[in-house]
Amino acid sequence: MTAPPRLSRYLQLNLNVNGKNFELNVEPRMSLLDVLRINLGYTGAKKGCDMGSCGACTVLVDGKTRLSCLTLAASVTNSKIETVEGIENDPKGKILQESFIKHDALQCGFCTPGQVISALFLLNTRKSPTKNEIKRFMAGNVCRCGAYPKIIQAIEDASKVI
Amino acid sequence: MVKIVKTKVEFEGRFRDEYVMVEGEEIQAWPGSYKGKLVGSPSPRLEAGAKVNGSAKYTHDVYLPGMLYGKFVRSPYSHAKVKHVDLSKALAQPGVVAGYAANNVPKLTGEKQIELFSDEALYQGAEIALLIATDEITLQDAIELVEVEYEPLRPLVDPEESLRLRGSHAIGGKDNLSGGTPRVYERGSVERGFSDADVVIEQEFRTQAAMHNCMETHGSVATWEGDALTVYTSTQSINNVRAELAEKLGIPLRKVRAISTYMGGGFGSKFGGGKYTLAAALASRALGKPVRIVLDRIEENLVTGNRSQTIQKYRIGAKKDGTLTAIQLTSVVNVGLEGWTADIGGPTKMTYRCPNVKVELYGTRTNLVSSTAFRAPGYVEGNFGLECALDELASKLGLDPISLRLKNYADEDQGDKIAYSSKALKEAYERGADIIGWKPGEEPTRRGTKVRAKGMASLIWWGGGGPPAYAQVKINTDGSATVVTASQDIGTGTRTAVGQIAAEELSLPLELVSVQIGDTVTELYSPGSGGSQTLASIGPAVRSAAHDAKSQLLDIASQTLDVAREAIALDSGWIVRKSGEKLSSVADLLDKFGGATVTGKGARGPNDPKHQVNTFGAQFAEVEVDTETGEVEVLKFVSVHDSGRIINPLLLSSQIEGGVIQGMGYALWEGRLVDATSGVSLNANLNDYLVPRSTDIDEIQSEYIEAEDTSNNIGAKGIGEPPIIGVAPAIANAIKAATGIRLRELPLTPERIYRALKKMEDWTSSARYF
Repeated sequence: MTAPPRLSRYLQLNLNVNGKNFELNVEPRMSLLDVLRINLGYTGAKKGCDMGSCGACTVLVDGKTRLSCLTLAASVTNSKIETVEGIENDPKGKILQESFIKHDALQCGFCTPGQVISALFLLNTRKSPTKNEIKRFMAGNVCRCGAYPKIIQAIEDASKVI
Repeated sequence: MVKIVKTKVEFEGRFRDEYVMVEGEEIQAWPGSYKGKLVGSPSPRLEAGAKVNGSAKYTHDVYLPGMLYGKFVRSPYSHAKVKHVDLSKALAQPGVVAGYAANNVPKLTGEKQIELFSDEALYQGAEIALLIATDEITLQDAIELVEVEYEPLRPLVDPEESLRLRGSHAIGGKDNLSGGTPRVYERGSVERGFSDADVVIEQEFRTQAAMHNCMETHGSVATWEGDALTVYTSTQSINNVRAELAEKLGIPLRKVRAISTYMGGGFGSKFGGGKYTLAAALASRALGKPVRIVLDRIEENLVTGNRSQTIQKYRIGAKKDGTLTAIQLTSVVNVGLEGWTADIGGPTKMTYRCPNVKVELYGTRTNLVSSTAFRAPGYVEGNFGLECALDELASKLGLDPISLRLKNYADEDQGDKIAYSSKALKEAYERGADIIGWKPGEEPTRRGTKVRAKGMASLIWWGGGGPPAYAQVKINTDGSATVVTASQDIGTGTRTAVGQIAAEELSLPLELVSVQIGDTVTELYSPGSGGSQTLASIGPAVRSAAHDAKSQLLDIASQTLDVAREAIALDSGWIVRKSGEKLSSVADLLDKFGGATVTGKGARGPNDPKHQVNTFGAQFAEVEVDTETGEVEVLKFVSVHDSGRIINPLLLSSQIEGGVIQGMGYALWEGRLVDATSGVSLNANLNDYLVPRSTDIDEIQSEYIEAEDTSNNIGAKGIGEPPIIGVAPAIANAIKAATGIRLRELPLTPERIYRALKKMEDWTSSARYF
């Protein structure tokens, strides 16, 4: 009784993710998060709530943080999308990742990709952020393990190196 | 020669007997003076690199070829009869592969009927039907097309009402008082204790249900190869999930493999397989494809359990000098449908020297999801009541809160009257008081509408660990080592800590040690990651295994290199003479044997019956209350712990900070709001259920006193749960010191504080914290 998906339900679109172009057929309602994870295998961005409350799905769209669970994939076809898998090539991204490791700015690690992406956006926006600015920029990323003190410390430290 | 030893093992305060296989001589515990090269060092996590670049694969990240997606149809009512379920429209949708309800649950083998659905929903979110489809959007659309006819019935969600109606309205036909009788503990005679007292105080406190809200929601992916099942599952215990599936499916244990390589938080809520895992396994077998069932955030809040709501009544008697003569606690514990009555009386029975203690717990059933363990279950709730009541007693007697606690310092376990394996609580009080700047009788400081003051609380917990726990340490042909055990790392740092222990014992750099955990295929049983028991259980087994591997390697070296066994040692990957001369690298030695490896075996030894193992701590809060808004800011929190030897101080501080932050959430913001009339949850998501965020956090200082403890061979006690236990009372006591107002009900929301400050009447709403 398994019916094959009817192709008419599908939409053809192009996405640029981590510098690579992809041509995809997707259900028009698919979120950027699901396309990244299911169609493209970029599972770094996580589905913590699927309603824009937790920040685990945060990616960069044209350099700005975006909740990929609330973004239709079809709405970002002309944009540059960056996920946690791609930021090792960004010198600031690399420094941030090393700072997260050094300060133990993670526990279970599930929210970490979103935290790293939000932190990268912060460091691209503010040269020497204050503690309060860091807290404010990071307030959209929930860490239920409570790694916040070390996340804040890791970002502050990285900002000094960058 | 294997010896069998019977020993007592504790888990979250509950004891059981275990038989342990002990092979050879138990290795001696590191003495307190032992300073390790790796043990005690703040090494970053072994897997941190995989976590910061997104390559760590969690259960949510498992997408197998041909995989199908499953989702439950759940009751929107907290109590309703299910009259009729019609899946036909859903099943007619292209891409919908199967649908199951009470009348067609697939059978696996023979006659074994598995219960997934019931015809009466007894809590909101109860499973009514299950759909399986090729993708999530098809699935979501199809769920909307399922027609269920319900007959809504009256729910009972208020535990006091449930107890009152015990005779006339039995929930699901069972006694509303869980187990039929209250759970009673008594030592000495509280009547005598109260008649001996100069002062008797009576206090009532209420605590709310708190939700775990792990970042990775509960979920599993099941797949079969022939008659063998593999489940990828987000769990705190791969061995529990495996055993549960084998039992419920009626298949041998050897046919079930549970894998949890990375998992996104549990906090007590992920000890079993749950219906989602069972259903994924059944559907996968029936359909011949991998099946994935992952809960969404709302389901996570509705069906995975919670910390119990409680009502606690204390009566405490003391002499004028503060000596406790009696403590009596009577508590109602809302356990939901079938939950477990956590020991709210734990702190009352254990924290202080007191000859006369009585605790009565009324575990009460309601039409809410069954409660489950949540980080130090019972103790977090009970410590709020006890430690606030003690501050009231101190204030009545004109004593400093720390002096009152020191006056009643317990030098031995109060229940069994046996010595502690170690206890450094006095030192913890001193260190904490010093750091926070505690001054007896200190007046609050005011600045405009804001008032600052300090408060403190003690804590006691378990965390001694015990058998059974097994590990192997392999020395590989290239001279590296691999630790293997069927444990799991839930974010506490188990991988790193056991890696450090093995590296220490083998004298290897940590980079050459890898740790293979999270897979039952190794058959090396290890306990669930909970009860603050993981490290103290598996750590000693890993050390024994490494010791065994080292010993075998030296035997091989002695014969191969023709040197006396006593004259050689291992040092940084080399076989060396004890004088220091390098003889051969381990890799060169093993290379002579054509790809040989050496496997050391280790088992956690028995616990010492002469000692009680507990963890202790003192927690201090400095708060600022805005008297115009009722908002509280925790300016500084100091948490000082006695958890024995510290294997990794960096990871320890992460555990402490995380526990304190979760405790702040419990104290100030979190709580399940339920509509008292319909029994429906009003904040089953992360927008309305307020977990702490980065902007809520100020300074948190973690500290430890490294007490010598030889109850296991690594000297470590647990740290996962202790840091959450004293947070709420320390904050509530600080608010009292700042404002003079004793708040008795958690969470201490701005609204509640504002109303108390302005002496406004409590307004009634049908939205209540149940």
